[in-house]
Amino acid sequence: MADNSPTPDSFVAPSETPVSAPSQAATAFENDNVQAVTIGDSARDYLNRLRGGDMGSLPAILGLIVLFVVFSSLHDRFLTTYNMANLVIQAGSICVLAMGLVFVLLIGEIDLSAGVAGGFCATITALAMIDHGQSWWVATLAGIACGAVIGLAIGSLVAYLGIPSFVVTLAFYLALQAGPLKLIGAGGSLRYDDEVLRGLTLKSVPVTAGWIAACVIVAGYAALSLWQYRSRSSRGLVHKPLALVLIQIGVLAAIVLGLTFLLSQNRAPNKEFFNISGIPWVLPVVIALLLFWTFVLNRTRFGRHLYAVGGNAEAARRAGISVRRITIAAFVICSSMAAVSGLLLASFVGKVSPGSGGGNTLLYAVGAAVIGGTSLFGGRGRAIDAVIGGLVIATIPNGLGLLNQASYINYVVTGGVLLLAASVDAISRRRRSAAGV
Amino acid sequence: MSEPLLELRGVNKSFGVVHVLHDVDFAVYPGQVTALVGDNGAGKSTLVKIIAGIYGRDSGDYFFEGNPVTVHGPRDVAALGVEIVYQDLALCDNLDIVQNMFLGREETKGIGLDEVAMESRARETLTSLSVRTVKSVRQHVASLSGGQRQTVAIAKAVLWNSKVVLLDEPTAALGVAQTRQVLDLVRRLADRGLGVVLISHNMTDVFEVADRITALYLGRVAADVPAKDLTHSQVVELITAGRSGNLGIAENPAAATV
Repeated sequence: MADNSPTPDSFVAPSETPVSAPSQAATAFENDNVQAVTIGDSARDYLNRLRGGDMGSLPAILGLIVLFVVFSSLHDRFLTTYNMANLVIQAGSICVLAMGLVFVLLIGEIDLSAGVAGGFCATITALAMIDHGQSWWVATLAGIACGAVIGLAIGSLVAYLGIPSFVVTLAFYLALQAGPLKLIGAGGSLRYDDEVLRGLTLKSVPVTAGWIAACVIVAGYAALSLWQYRSRSSRGLVHKPLALVLIQIGVLAAIVLGLTFLLSQNRAPNKEFFNISGIPWVLPVVIALLLFWTFVLNRTRFGRHLYAVGGNAEAARRAGISVRRITIAAFVICSSMAAVSGLLLASFVGKVSPGSGGGNTLLYAVGAAVIGGTSLFGGRGRAIDAVIGGLVIATIPNGLGLLNQASYINYVVTGGVLLLAASVDAISRRRRSAAGV
Repeated sequence: MSEPLLELRGVNKSFGVVHVLHDVDFAVYPGQVTALVGDNGAGKSTLVKIIAGIYGRDSGDYFFEGNPVTVHGPRDVAALGVEIVYQDLALCDNLDIVQNMFLGREETKGIGLDEVAMESRARETLTSLSVRTVKSVRQHVASLSGGQRQTVAIAKAVLWNSKVVLLDEPTAALGVAQTRQVLDLVRRLADRGLGVVLISHNMTDVFEVADRITALYLGRVAADVPAKDLTHSQVVELITAGRSGNLGIAENPAAATV
């Protein structure tokens, strides 16, 4: 690796560097692989990061806990497994849309058209099945391809013409609503009753299969993080302490297995007559997308370049990264994910109407991404942020619905939450730049 | 004297009617720090951008290791082994040191990134430059001081086995101790056999590390001499008046046409 460099001592004599070898510096770098040896050190690191404004998903998790405590104390049916399964199904389309938006937010852009793009693509899918008799998967692919084309158009306009994405996507937001209105007709709607697509939110994974999948995920995560720990520690690279790795595996196992257990119970309100049990199909879809995009963001060159463009586009350009190509790719991913989200929403509602994906859909998803810890200023965000934030956003209408609140309350609360999340983002950003974390 | 690593001969460059560089000869020698000095508007930045391949030349030749080369863009120059560390650093705050050093040239294993190899190489490079001031190679760049950021930017240039490194005002925004670190690093680069070009306004820094000084005056080379043959005040005269004693541009050239 360092075959070109001469032996280290030929150009470095410690005595030559009188000032650059103060006590702290001389030892610190060589020992950086043990920067956090113990749980205590890790906890201190984490607290320092929090204090510096790097809060990640913490506000979202705290918010989720608060919402759960409040709603479960106000209504006894909130915490039933039936409602929890409902929550998962309702959150599905928000999470997917927010995951797509993370890509656009990462590079410091915004896509206001993602919601209606989802509605448009769902219309295409429904028409492909109803009018053209296509099978569900051809229709789904058509819908997603339609999303990709929309993203390509938006991305090209932003990247090549340099129009602010806010304006481009606002124009698309307005124009794309014309599609379903023309294709479906005002006041009409398309039924959405394909076995598979409707089943995504209506049906559940068989209980045994659910358990197997849950165990595979936990075992896979454990194997991967232990392997990573071993290979990094044996090479003396920066790594987490073993205890922390084990705790993380334990937490993940508790969440995954606990959720599987809850959803494997018979959750029918009328248990003598019906048996509804198993994980709703929408959850594996969300998890598969989450794993895939997490891999792309953290482990591929493309993902690294997305962060670089969001962090400092000029630096990325000088490093030979094609900023335009990254921008276009981000919009393509966002609109394609919007298509998936539109399908999930249509599956949940059971129909596509001209208003699908309009209204609050997009702002819910932006709110979800931002609450989860994705920055509106670019450069920070993860796929998991979108999922956690999506749960928070979905919990609000779910709980308020149980409480029979008038729908205006719903608007006010969701707007407040979005504003709160953006404030947290702005404040933590300011603290970060002050603390330099 | 040994053969220059990189040499420009008789370079002219105009922007419209403004003739910015007049028959400029410039050479970078291996193992030496060449300081490029000149007042604002003397043509330093233009010369650097021509070396970097960002600007084309109107006339003149570009030699690398004694061979004439054709340069069409920054990529050609990078392929030769010439790296430029710009004043505004070009680092991503939201990425850590390793990620920044490999930005745009990440190593991959299969479809994924090879973090282990990248981190090991980054660590080796920093150690070989005896950079001891960063706490961890996984630190985010946002948390580094100005001197540390400059160090990372320079180490990034060295990582790619480059032969010539151009540093544009590397100490302009730094404090005393950090300037010290960066100058030490500049010296070590030259001691490794690299050709280093230091563009600076700070005469103390220049005399501290430079082996040769090339002074530009209104787009002409006023002097290209070993640093030990010059005094502080001579360099200032060369920069401000284009001549100093028997050095410099002999007759008042057609400076008025510039």
